[in-house]
Amino acid sequence: MTDLDSKFAALSDPTRRAILARLLDGPAPAGTLAEPFDITPPAVSRHLKVLEQAGLITRTVQGQQRICALAPGALDGVEDYLGPLRAALAANYARLDALLDTLQNRKT
Amino acid sequence: MTMTTERLSPTSLRVTRRFAAPPALVWQAHTDPDLIRRWLFGPDGWVLTRCEHDARPGGKMFYRWEMEDGSGGFELTGEVLEVDPPHRMKHVEIMHLPDPTPPNTVVTRFIADGSGTLMDMVMTVDDAATMEAMIATGMTEGMEASYTRLDGLGLGS
Repeated sequence: MTDLDSKFAALSDPTRRAILARLLDGPAPAGTLAEPFDITPPAVSRHLKVLEQAGLITRTVQGQQRICALAPGALDGVEDYLGPLRAALAANYARLDALLDTLQNRKT
Repeated sequence: MTMTTERLSPTSLRVTRRFAAPPALVWQAHTDPDLIRRWLFGPDGWVLTRCEHDARPGGKMFYRWEMEDGSGGFELTGEVLEVDPPHRMKHVEIMHLPDPTPPNTVVTRFIADGSGTLMDMVMTVDDAATMEAMIATGMTEGMEASYTRLDGLGLGS
């Protein structure tokens, strides 16, 4: 898999996306990341491993704790990736806004 | 208006967009060929030269886009699968570039949101490679960028 493939594979799971969303706010101990989910610590650990291998997070040992953090440049490529598609859709929908505006004004 | 694009899985993509008009009107703009022709043509330089859209179950879709300077064009064919006006439609589409792409199944919902509408569109294809190709070519919107890429591949006209 390319880096982008493994990132998207990692992002395809809702639990992993939620963990990543939590880490956007800042680093957190691995143990606390399990709290919002009804899953076992080993299951969380597996999710973290997938995220780490995809280059999305880092795990470092600090004393008794393993601290998880968003990897530098974690979402590079992922963010750019949809750019051309977004540009095409955005141009269409901007025109649709104008059309809807015209149609509504004609009615009133 | 904010648009979101989210890769739900390797084979599916969600697009959401808010419109300042009620669902009935947004529905009309997505299903009436005379209205579709006025907005669904991607970046400047493209025109939607042919648009047939029979918004009934089993109804056919046929779209053709062309560059204004005549330097290229492509088509989309599809079939309307389910309609629940003005809330939800499901259709399947195939691009012809000119080789046909694998089918893309699209579920579009228009959700009343105050005086406006929230559109929630989910596109699903059979495999991840198809999704990659669809995104890379700017999909149905016929971007110039896609033609530049086609040129690079030696496939362009």
